[in-house]
Amino acid sequence: MKHSFRIAVLAGVAATFAASAARAQTPLKIGFVSSMSGPEGVIGRDLLDAFNLALKDKNNTMGGRPVQVVVGDDQVKPDVGRAVVDKMIDSDKVDLLTGINFSNVLLAVIKPILDSGKFYISPNAGPSQLAGKQCNPHLFSVGFQNDNNFEGLGKYMKEKGFKKIYFMAPNYPAGKDMLTGFKRYFGDAMQAEVFTAMGQLDYSAEIAQLRAAKPDAVVMFYPGGMGINFTKQYAQAGLMKDIPLYTGPGTVDQTTLGAIGDAAIGMYTGAMWSEFLDNPASKKFDADFEAAYKRIPSQYAAQGYDTGHVIQAAVDAVGGKIDDKAAFQKALENVKFDSVRGNFKFNTNHFPIQDYYLVQVEKDAKGRLVSALKQKIMSNLADAYVGDCQMPK
Amino acid sequence: MSPSLFVEQSLNGVQLGVMLFLMAAGLTLVFGIMNLINLAHGSLYMAGAFFAATVFQLTDSFTLAVLVAVPASALVGAFVEWAVLRRFYQRSHLDQVLVTFGLILVFNDVVRMIWGVVPVPLSPPDALSGPVHLFGGVEYPAFRLAILAVGALVALGLYIVVSHTRVGMWIRAGASDRPMASALGVDVELVFSLVFSAGAALAGLAGLMAGPITAVQVGMGEPILILALVVTVIGGIGSIRGAFVAALIIGIGDTFGRVLLPPALGSMVIFMLMAAILAWRPKGLFPVHG
Repeated sequence: MKHSFRIAVLAGVAATFAASAARAQTPLKIGFVSSMSGPEGVIGRDLLDAFNLALKDKNNTMGGRPVQVVVGDDQVKPDVGRAVVDKMIDSDKVDLLTGINFSNVLLAVIKPILDSGKFYISPNAGPSQLAGKQCNPHLFSVGFQNDNNFEGLGKYMKEKGFKKIYFMAPNYPAGKDMLTGFKRYFGDAMQAEVFTAMGQLDYSAEIAQLRAAKPDAVVMFYPGGMGINFTKQYAQAGLMKDIPLYTGPGTVDQTTLGAIGDAAIGMYTGAMWSEFLDNPASKKFDADFEAAYKRIPSQYAAQGYDTGHVIQAAVDAVGGKIDDKAAFQKALENVKFDSVRGNFKFNTNHFPIQDYYLVQVEKDAKGRLVSALKQKIMSNLADAYVGDCQMPK
Repeated sequence: MSPSLFVEQSLNGVQLGVMLFLMAAGLTLVFGIMNLINLAHGSLYMAGAFFAATVFQLTDSFTLAVLVAVPASALVGAFVEWAVLRRFYQRSHLDQVLVTFGLILVFNDVVRMIWGVVPVPLSPPDALSGPVHLFGGVEYPAFRLAILAVGALVALGLYIVVSHTRVGMWIRAGASDRPMASALGVDVELVFSLVFSAGAALAGLAGLMAGPITAVQVGMGEPILILALVVTVIGGIGSIRGAFVAALIIGIGDTFGRVLLPPALGSMVIFMLMAAILAWRPKGLFPVHG
């Protein structure tokens, strides 16, 4: 009696094991490469936190497969990014990659990724090259094309009748992209176009020059720490109330507002998302993100969250079989998900068509600095390079 | 360029100069006297800024922030000297570069563990947060004037200490001939510790003065370290006077270079100045050793 009971238990255990082994699918490995350390580490953190949050909606499974996120740090260095990506492809054997925030890193690693046959879903970096001539069936950008944010600003400021615009940016490809985007809708007549060294700390000389030039408005693109430096110094020079300051993504948002402090109040940003956007997905995202991480999400976080949902929806659509590349590509192209941006779809070059908004830094009811939504400035904006893209069938 | 703009840009140049001097003074003394290359000097600058930001947030008093942050930076410096660097005075420069580079990584990660990756707020005290009107219609940020004043006072103080006191004599003796100084009964180990802590205090002061105008974040010490090294080399390693003159040259040169030259050239002005001065005087403007 006792003996047969033991056998029954053993048999039961064995049966359970066998059943679970049959159910368990091979995990889907996602390589998430981003800037996790150094001053820009805050960007990688927001992208990754929100990406993970999106995956939690379906208990970290996609198309019936458990998901494993392999995280790598590119340190904002193209060569380091390249090494991390090679390792993820060769030894971690990831199934697809995402995460990169800086365009120069993305441009360095995109070829090995695509050559290995993997898909790359970009949450942030959107260099013009990849939207145009070098567009690729396996490359999708969920964030934006770099020029887009400033195209909205250019259109808005032209309509508002601004004449003398003083433009400032770091001397690197994205800085040029932003100016190109601005001019595409504002026109070529700028009062000044000033490019400064990458990583510059002190802007006193440039600010003195711009004060003497008496512009109608200053339009600047200084992501990360540079933006903190510039904005603090601009406010200390007493210019914030005299000359309105406009900027683009990653300059004055939840990753930097805490450090800039009240000096940022009144600044305008051209953005594709604000924490005040009125749609159910965005409201759920705001609440979930704050509950999980005890802070207000940045636009980077919104992009990371949408990227997670894009991958989720596409992998679900093919039932986890992403090795069928044609089917997976089709699933991505026609992806249906609840974007926090409300209006979102992929163009033929796999870059977004979406709306843009003007937001302004204000204090909310709890006294926190937030990017308050002012108005929509652009609807269904596609990028200017889609014509150069001949997507192979 | 109008006269008032010229005045404003000159002020900007001198202000950047004294800021660099605060950083370079400690670096040049440590390098000149102890023959130690300390790449972690920028980490002490970062420490000063973070200490000040924390105290300012807690107490709302910038004065208190200064009074806490400067000695705290000196203590951190003294601890690092005692725990690690003391063992490396006799080692090769390559070993020193390696260990102090390692210290940068350690400091950055410790700061990240304590304060997180998000840059922390540090604004100027309310009285100094806006611009002030100077003669001729020049408007100038009040806090930058304060930096100028503090930098000038520190330079004067260092000059008096180094040139007119006994400790200063030991320091100068140590800088020009270490074996002879110790043979004459100077307690070299004590002088080393003092100098290192003083250098750390100056770096901390520079960090907390820079905090309100720049981003207080992990890794903020590295870009300024490069400029401070340039100043040190141009001035002549070990020379306080050299560091002061070189810092002003770099500050003014960089400011006007950025305004008057195209961007690619403007950001190279510092290094072109360094190349030109070193071609003319390979040991710097005021060489200390032989």
